[in-house]
Amino acid sequence: MPKVTFIEHDGTVHTVEAEVDSSVMETALRNDVASIVAECGGGCTCATCLVHVDEAWFEKVGPASPEEEQMLDAAFELKPTSRLACQIKVTEELDGLIVRTPAYQGR
Amino acid sequence: MSEAIKTDVLIIGAGPVGLFAVFELGLLDVKCHLVDILDKVGGQCAELYPEKPIYDIPAIPLITGNGLTEALMEQIKPFNPTFHLNEMVTTVENIGGSVFRVTTDAGKVFETHAVVIAAGGGSFQPKRPPIAGIEPYEKKSVHYAVRKMEAFRGKNLLIVGGGDSALDWTLNLQPIAKRLTLIHRRDDFRGAPANVAKMRALVAEGAMDLKIGQVTELEGADGQLTAANIKGADGTITRVEADAMLPFFGLTMKLGPLSDWGLNLEDELVPVDVSTFETNRPGVFAIGDINTYKGKLKLILSGFHEAALAAQRVHHYVHPEKRLVFQYTTSSTSLQKKLGVA
Repeated sequence: MPKVTFIEHDGTVHTVEAEVDSSVMETALRNDVASIVAECGGGCTCATCLVHVDEAWFEKVGPASPEEEQMLDAAFELKPTSRLACQIKVTEELDGLIVRTPAYQGR
Repeated sequence: MSEAIKTDVLIIGAGPVGLFAVFELGLLDVKCHLVDILDKVGGQCAELYPEKPIYDIPAIPLITGNGLTEALMEQIKPFNPTFHLNEMVTTVENIGGSVFRVTTDAGKVFETHAVVIAAGGGSFQPKRPPIAGIEPYEKKSVHYAVRKMEAFRGKNLLIVGGGDSALDWTLNLQPIAKRLTLIHRRDDFRGAPANVAKMRALVAEGAMDLKIGQVTELEGADGQLTAANIKGADGTITRVEADAMLPFFGLTMKLGPLSDWGLNLEDELVPVDVSTFETNRPGVFAIGDINTYKGKLKLILSGFHEAALAAQRVHHYVHPEKRLVFQYTTSSTSLQKKLGVA
């Protein structure tokens, strides 16, 4: 199984196994990554699962879709590599992915 | 204070579970008023996933959030409930016997025999941008909603965001503001194209300003804003004079005033008796995502079940003199009459 590393704003590191075809958001919830809120449960309608993708990984992860880009407007302190974790699908190619989570998801 | 609106039951929350409670209560001759903080019925179905398919409503293989809301509104039509939208219940006070006085932030007062909390994940409230030191300005010169447009006449106004709310208020307030600056993180707007075009035209003719960036710092004293610093994508800081700021970053769910209603809470959820869905306060019920009990699943179908059981107990408070006879809509002429089909 691919591994994903979440680095929370307070420095807590979670390196966890992720199911292929699940989302990075679901992976975070299954592994108690507290700073992923995911209020809407993966519908790309709340922008409370923001992550900053590690720069070395951003090319593989790819940019946000126009729909996701619109939702990012409702997030805060965005960086060029910011994405919504519910819109990143886990694949074998993403084995080793590193994302950082913000201190504040709007609530 | 306005005159009290008398009702059998007040339901807090007009999401799918609150709506279905109207049906179950209606079959038992219990009349309902509903209060919801959103400007529309449907709760999370309307706000978070209006167009997303839901696959786990019994006997409905696929329905969208909007579709479910519309179907429930059709189903409860015979019971003619009254909706109070855009309002938040602030207090729930027992005024003797089994009568509660319930007030809203819009100043409405209800007198009701029971309160059914169907508040889902809590009340949808505006997201607050994480700008250091913003708190003292809130409600004084930083506002998350426009109550009276006149309050902004002749002011230097900042509007932050890129969606419909930001654009609507930009177009509405630009004619009366001294100077309006719209601030958005990128030069692309998701609002209605016609409104985007109107805004662009105002910028082109010099009638307002558009800044691309994020607000990083506020200046002012005693809650009165005087200026804001905006950081552009290239890192440059622009200072803009401002008397008021309106951030529009959408909504998030917060527990809100219900934490002050004397209810037991476990992790921001309301524990209930699973045979009646009554809380620790007699006459106050909690159904749907807002409640908790052993084995609880936050599913719409669970909320529907909870609404049916709660209705049985609510009936006892509203019509204590009447014995409740269990009936089926398939065979009971009395129920069919209530539904207008017999």
